[in-house]
Amino acid sequence: MYPEWGLNEPLLQSTVEGERLRLAAAGSWTVDHARELEPLVDEAARHPPAIRTVDIDMGQVDKLDTFGAWLLERLRRSLAVEGSEARIVGLPDSYRALLEEVQNANSGRAPPNPGGGGLAGALDLVGRTMAEVGDAFLVILEMFGAVGMSFVRVFTGFGRMRVTSVVHHLDRVCWRAVPIVLLITFLIGCIIAQQGLFHFRRFGADIFVVDMIGILVLREVGVLLVCIMVAGRSGSAYTAELGTMKMREEVDALRTMGFDPIEVLILPRIIAIVIAVPMLTFLGAMAALYGGGLVAWLYGGISPDIFIARLREAISVDHFLVGMIKAPFMALIIGIVACAEGFQVKGSAESLGAQTTTSVVKSIFLVIVLDGLFAMFFAAIGK
Amino acid sequence: MAHPESDVVIRVRDLVVGFGRTTVLNHLDLDVKRGEILGFVGGSGSGKSVLLRTIIGLLPKREGKIEVFGVDLENANAKELQAVERRWGILFQHGALFSSLTVRQNVQFPMREYLDLSERLLEEVAVAKLEMVGLHADVCEKYPSELSGGMTKRVALARALALDPEIVFLDEPTSGLDPISAGESDHLIKTLQRTLGLTVFMVTHDLDSLHTVCDRIAVLAEGKIIAAGPMSVMLASEHPWLKAYFRGEIARISRN
Ligand SMILES: Nc1ncnc2c1ncn2[C@@H]1O[C@H](COP(=O)(O)OP(=O)(O)O)[C@@H](O)[C@H]1O
Ligand SMILES: [Mg+2]
Repeated sequence: MYPEWGLNEPLLQSTVEGERLRLAAAGSWTVDHARELEPLVDEAARHPPAIRTVDIDMGQVDKLDTFGAWLLERLRRSLAVEGSEARIVGLPDSYRALLEEVQNANSGRAPPNPGGGGLAGALDLVGRTMAEVGDAFLVILEMFGAVGMSFVRVFTGFGRMRVTSVVHHLDRVCWRAVPIVLLITFLIGCIIAQQGLFHFRRFGADIFVVDMIGILVLREVGVLLVCIMVAGRSGSAYTAELGTMKMREEVDALRTMGFDPIEVLILPRIIAIVIAVPMLTFLGAMAALYGGGLVAWLYGGISPDIFIARLREAISVDHFLVGMIKAPFMALIIGIVACAEGFQVKGSAESLGAQTTTSVVKSIFLVIVLDGLFAMFFAAIGK
Repeated sequence: MAHPESDVVIRVRDLVVGFGRTTVLNHLDLDVKRGEILGFVGGSGSGKSVLLRTIIGLLPKREGKIEVFGVDLENANAKELQAVERRWGILFQHGALFSSLTVRQNVQFPMREYLDLSERLLEEVAVAKLEMVGLHADVCEKYPSELSGGMTKRVALARALALDPEIVFLDEPTSGLDPISAGESDHLIKTLQRTLGLTVFMVTHDLDSLHTVCDRIAVLAEGKIIAAGPMSVMLASEHPWLKAYFRGEIARISRN
């Protein structure tokens, strides 16, 4: 299937008749031929300078559309710039209106295509990026403050606690995450045990694997793994949801109805995640210990009785508490970053994607930084 | 064209479309002739957008047959389908502009895909199209989220017309536009129809457009076309819905 008029090559022949140049156009001046037509038009615009009048004969043109009409208008204008006056003759009446439509087009100066480049462009980019990094932390602090205010309002009775919403988010962030969290922490527990046994066996220290699993899992690995998974699973979802709502002016609609978006949208999400992460951390740590014990038994020959007895000697409640204390703080960071990034989404789909990526990367980074700070803190208090 | 009745560019026969248990279009027949402007009216939620989206292949149909340019879209191969898609332009009810591209890039998008033009010509034609739909060249670098509702509609119209298509499907092209801009859009569509032989399938609630530019009007109700014909036929009809629509209070005020 081809357009029925798409068959005739466009033509533009020039003949000089004394003082006057005649440009005879023919064929299809249409979108399908615009590519061949443009050089013809540009060629025709370069004519001997002596000539003052030009006739463009459109009589033989069998089809004209906006592309052809624009090129004709462009030809007329370039001739006018060179000081010759062009008359368009023989144009079928039906095309007059089309020509009038394009007559006023491109008359102003279109804004130039912006394009950075060179050293200045690169420096500009560096500067902007640095400023953005600073702004990004301010945005998170601001969200932190807003959530704090909202929390205080809710608990002093000025706001309303959205219990249904919290439960709904708990279901998504906590309950539905249980299987995948159990699976992954279980596997990591297995891997740690296997690696430990493999290397400790060389100097006959098999049994210390139990110490390693216990301390590592309870203090660090459990909570970090869960946080990374929650950031990827729920943090990204928070950002995408809030970003889409922002994009479609749903957030503005809420605000105009007298609702506080922080109280309605963000606080329930953050409360849910702060409750969810410690619970998932507990489950994850248990699954990892189970996986480690299983491998120690099957691969290392340490029977469950011995494993549990050794575990009781090696770890204290402190180790468990260290992990559990960190969990809600890390959850708070993930929630705040995810919600702050969601509210930063601008109008485009691309910015939604960029903000979601930033949310995950930033929250994982901050979780690890916070973990470092906690490590120093606990070392200082001797736990 | 190979088709015996090449006069009819869109032929819909016995079309049934529904979602779940509801049936939106119920054994609907419709012909759109080459070079006409068909105004398509019907109550809100009567299925106008659904019909439009089914014709262009975005919604599945339960029964029936749809031909565009004599090609049965269901049985067409990828190449035939692309040839048809190259020849139509669509303005969606909510604009559907690409949010990550500027206005200029939105209009140039189909041109870059299908045509191999110089940068300069792409630039000039895109600006010309935007100016033809009544926008100023200043909006070129704006993103869709920075436009007003009416501007979005106009950019979407410019994009629908980017390739000088033979058929344009317009879903409420003038809603959200002030009456002057709406009149300009109507004028442009009429001009293009006269000069390029454009076929227009226009869903609209704008009585002015229906009076001034539409050659024929089709009315959708209860999943069927209940009336089709020029304005005079609509005005003469005694059908209660048509009477209320075309001769009701609003219609009288806007006509006088
Ligand atoms: N994707 C969808 N899923 C379910 N129902 C739909 C969908 N799209 C449209 N509908 C229903 O089809 C009917 C017709 O809708 P639509 O064609 O958009 O109306 P209008 O005539 O105002 O354009 C409405 O009742 C709408 O609820
Ligand atoms: Mg609709």
